[in-house]
Amino acid sequence: MSWETVIGLEVHCQINTDTKAFCGCSTEFGAEPNSQTCPVCLGMPGQLPVLNTVAADKSILTGLAIDAHINLESKFDRKNYFYPDLPKGYQITQFTVPIVEGGHIDITSKDGVKKRLGVTRIHMEEDAGKSMHEGLDAVSHIDLNRSGIPLMEIVSEPDMRSADEAIAYLKQLHQVIRFLGVSGADMEKGQFRCDANVSVRRPGEPFGTRTEMKNMNSFRFIKQAIEFEVNRQIELIEDGGEVVQQSRLWDSVKNESRPMRSKEEAHDYRYFPEPDLPPLRVTQEHVDAIRAGMPELPGQLRQRFETDYGLSPYDADVLSQTRETSEWYESLVAAHPADPKRCANWMANELLGRLKEAGKDLASSPVSAQRLAGLLDRVGDNTISGKSAKDILDEMMVSNDDADSIIEAKGLKQVSDTGAIDAIIHEVMQANPNQVAGYRGGKDKLMGFFVGQVMKASRGKANPGMVNQRLAELLKG
Amino acid sequence: MPFSSLSDIQNRLNSGQTTAVEVAQLYLDRILAFNDKLNAFVHLDAADVLAQAEASDAYRAKHGARALEGLPIAVKDIFCTQDGPTRCCSNILEDFHAPYDAHVISQLKEAGAILVGKTNMDEFAMGSSNETSAFGPCCNPWDTDRIPGGSSGGSAAAVAAALTPAALGTDTGGSIRQPAALTGITGLKPTYGRVSRRGIIAFASSLDQAGPMTRNVKDTAMITAAIVGHDAADATSVADAPIIDWLAACEAQDMKGLKIGKPKEYFIDGMDAEVRQTVEDALKKCQDLGAEIIDISLPHTEYAVAAYYVIAPSEASANLSRYDSVRFGHRCDNPEDLLDMYTRSRDEGFGSEVKRRILTGAFTLSSGYYDAYYLKAQKVRTLIQQDFIQAFEQVDVIATPTSPISAFKLGEKTDDPLTMYLSDIYTIAVNLAGLPGLSQPCGFAQNLPVGLQWIGPAWREETIISAASAYEFATDWSTQHPAEFNANGGES
Repeated sequence: MSWETVIGLEVHCQINTDTKAFCGCSTEFGAEPNSQTCPVCLGMPGQLPVLNTVAADKSILTGLAIDAHINLESKFDRKNYFYPDLPKGYQITQFTVPIVEGGHIDITSKDGVKKRLGVTRIHMEEDAGKSMHEGLDAVSHIDLNRSGIPLMEIVSEPDMRSADEAIAYLKQLHQVIRFLGVSGADMEKGQFRCDANVSVRRPGEPFGTRTEMKNMNSFRFIKQAIEFEVNRQIELIEDGGEVVQQSRLWDSVKNESRPMRSKEEAHDYRYFPEPDLPPLRVTQEHVDAIRAGMPELPGQLRQRFETDYGLSPYDADVLSQTRETSEWYESLVAAHPADPKRCANWMANELLGRLKEAGKDLASSPVSAQRLAGLLDRVGDNTISGKSAKDILDEMMVSNDDADSIIEAKGLKQVSDTGAIDAIIHEVMQANPNQVAGYRGGKDKLMGFFVGQVMKASRGKANPGMVNQRLAELLKG
Repeated sequence: MPFSSLSDIQNRLNSGQTTAVEVAQLYLDRILAFNDKLNAFVHLDAADVLAQAEASDAYRAKHGARALEGLPIAVKDIFCTQDGPTRCCSNILEDFHAPYDAHVISQLKEAGAILVGKTNMDEFAMGSSNETSAFGPCCNPWDTDRIPGGSSGGSAAAVAAALTPAALGTDTGGSIRQPAALTGITGLKPTYGRVSRRGIIAFASSLDQAGPMTRNVKDTAMITAAIVGHDAADATSVADAPIIDWLAACEAQDMKGLKIGKPKEYFIDGMDAEVRQTVEDALKKCQDLGAEIIDISLPHTEYAVAAYYVIAPSEASANLSRYDSVRFGHRCDNPEDLLDMYTRSRDEGFGSEVKRRILTGAFTLSSGYYDAYYLKAQKVRTLIQQDFIQAFEQVDVIATPTSPISAFKLGEKTDDPLTMYLSDIYTIAVNLAGLPGLSQPCGFAQNLPVGLQWIGPAWREETIISAASAYEFATDWSTQHPAEFNANGGES
């Protein structure tokens, strides 16, 4: 009998505000430890939190992007626990009434099946500081720069049925968040962290006991951790054991998870309403204004790229991966409006590959959309061959010259003059009488030989289309 | 001079009869002479006080006087000040120096006031007798064997004995009004949200409010005018609070047409008969002044103390979590590990009443008990708020005793926390409802001061200030003072 996997995900996503959630400290990453702190985020006596409303607006925007309900009144609560990197001894979060409820993320599996996955809620909370225990003379150090940085916790319904679906959900969510510009969502910087709740059951039965895999910040580890946990639970049950509700940590070196604490030791967080913060009230007009400023989302872009520009689903997907990519593509189309598909091919297949090899991205690309359009113009008007154009692009990657000056300097202008091409063809035919006889005797395959010879003789500059056409004519005799 | 009101001193300063330095010196001398008897001050930097006074005289000479120019004001040890220690009378903050001023401290400085030391209080404001202070109890100037009330006991005793003409206190369940009553002075707890809480060490955030403790109503109004106002850095400070002409409210000399509510739940058999009679007499006086006394009912009053002792400790249990010895405050010697550091530091740093409240609060918030305690207490709080709203449809102000008893003896109730908690029975509901409350002296019982409490509708402090002013105008209770402290400091 088969097993069904049930997965629910909690994503902690740093909201990209200039200042922290409840004080004026900078949120910039990588500063000297404890340099971005103040009496509020240090939990000094008598200090009070004041909400950074930018964090609330970005949470609302995220909610709107996933078709969620925005609570016009939401509340803050205190989550109590002691830890040295939690200065107040409680975390300000939204427990009873979060700012966003409901919503969904749509995914498409590798075999093209679409599925809608529910989002339970998005609530705002503050991050804790960072404890460092190792390599510091057996003394623990605490950096409170991160203390009070605003987070969104995005909680899904237990709708995922495989690690692949979980990853598809996370990637889609990650992409939406990046598009909205509400978070850098840089996983290496811990700006997008995931907890996975995993259980298994026989199909049709109630949910099994779940375990929680904590604090993972790489899609690969998340997939490995979920798969490991599913197998562990199935083996455990099949061996007659029982899954114990617990939090587990994924060890990416040993490729295994281990329990953090079991339910018996679980914290009682003693949640209660945060008396220092009144309920957060927003008007419907404010929510509507945020909605009006919503950028186009990846799904909408993909659709538009296919319809308006005739792109293949693959190209449309590649070019809508990030807001930056899609904007770059559209500025290329604006500069070379004649052929959006040519723009897509050259950007997706040629430019992005070269940038990757050079360790660069679109933001640091040596070739601007304008310069690439200049090259595509010359491909479009047959001044150069596609082959030459690729060489020219290589050249453009390392020089500041535009396509026209490289064509000029290197004499790469394509020969499309019938007389000149005919003269080369005659030379080639005279030099290869046996092949001419063979072709005329029915060996059609020799056409390729002649094309190659003519192109070689023209040092690649002959227009290949015309070469084919003229050869067919002249070889007939 | 020593028992002069703040406004008298202000007049003499304005007319050039005296200087801020002379005034400061007079009260410094008195503190030196009498503080040993009272233990009202737990910190004093005389040189700093004189320097402030000199600066104030210089300011006056150059720019003229600000609202509180040159007037000495002592503050409870709960207000963070950049100068000197701020310890909330707790060992857990033994070496704490705040790197900031509380918002109200900045406001007092900007108004030209001279800040005179830190006054004694119950540890973290948890107490009704000032006996839980880590610096030892404070005594009542009317009988030094007795408590001054709490938690702002030091501020109350200092004003009552004229070691300072005025002081700031805080009031979470009566901590301004009850000690004011027990020491024969005037104290106001403004409407919740009227005064910024920033920089005031939190006890119970939804209840705490700072206010003045003075010799008379006008002085209370003068200081209140300086410390109210919206503070963007306190999200519970109200931005569009109705503005009051505080000094104009003090001009009332009668009570014609005033409807005073007399809640039956506040005049009960359990209270001291002499205190009751004194307050009844005061209400008769109000009638003579033209007021109409209307019997009213605040039916949920009897649940106020219970609700308070769930809500306040719940909030306190979280508010006091930051005293974990990690970043500041007392840390135990040689902790074995993190848990040992937490438990031993907090065990050594907190006194037993604070521990009792933290434990109570952690319990009432814990999973499985939250609904039965915290949530139910919040519902009671709503009912109590509604009681008052309904009452104020009938009456303009409510008058009650401030405390059911006069000052009790030191040590008398320390082993009986429940009886101690009941001494706030008449003040607590006002905090739960977020209303303004004022206590003023209205006579004596057992030769000890008795307080009359005025309760007003939210944001309508002028109603109770006017009523209290009229009562004060017609009586002389606010000019009485304990004879033991008559001598000038310099001569004793």
